[in-house]
Amino acid sequence: MIGLSAQPLDPEALVRAVKTEAHGAVVTFLGTTRATSPGDPRPVAALEYEAYETMAVAEMETIAREVQDRFGPLGIAMLHRTGRVALGEPSVAVVVAAPHRGAAFDACRYAIDALKSRVAVWKREIYRDGDAAWIANTAP
Amino acid sequence: MMVRVLAFARLRELLGFGERHVGVADGTTADAMWSRLAQDAPQLAALRASTRFARNGALVDGAAVLHEGDELALLPPVGGG
Repeated sequence: MIGLSAQPLDPEALVRAVKTEAHGAVVTFLGTTRATSPGDPRPVAALEYEAYETMAVAEMETIAREVQDRFGPLGIAMLHRTGRVALGEPSVAVVVAAPHRGAAFDACRYAIDALKSRVAVWKREIYRDGDAAWIANTAP
Repeated sequence: MMVRVLAFARLRELLGFGERHVGVADGTTADAMWSRLAQDAPQLAALRASTRFARNGALVDGAAVLHEGDELALLPPVGGG
């Protein structure tokens, strides 16, 4: 299960999708929307995500293959929200199921770092005062 | 020839379109297309260094030559997560 979703993310569904009896460890990373942005005092009301879908999904699939090559065998699911995401809701979910916890943690960390630096998704913060700004990622 | 230009996020807002067919001469590069678009949206000039190009879904540099029917995407710095 790799791609974009315009609907709220269901982390439990991702766990069910990747976990098998070969796996003794499941690591779930959820990126959730924050009420404030670093260096900006304005309270955030919501976030909006926009994607270049074909490139974004292709890059997520490339990352999944890299994770498999480096840390596999394992199961991985990655979903990123598009559209408006309310405060506190997950905007991205990465779930890795592996035989042992070391590979599961390492693979999950690799996947979310790669996603944030490489995948064609853009984030717009909408502030309570009605203003809005596009926010680029910095290095992890 | 016609090239389909895609613009995202801030670039989409500044250009006023997310997708548009643009007629240009054969042999036009991605950089030349950018310069042409910047004539109508002067704020683009300051954003060239942070913008990446993708031709038909693959990242290319500004010297990449465009062909009839190509899709050129203008990509600001990503912000997923």
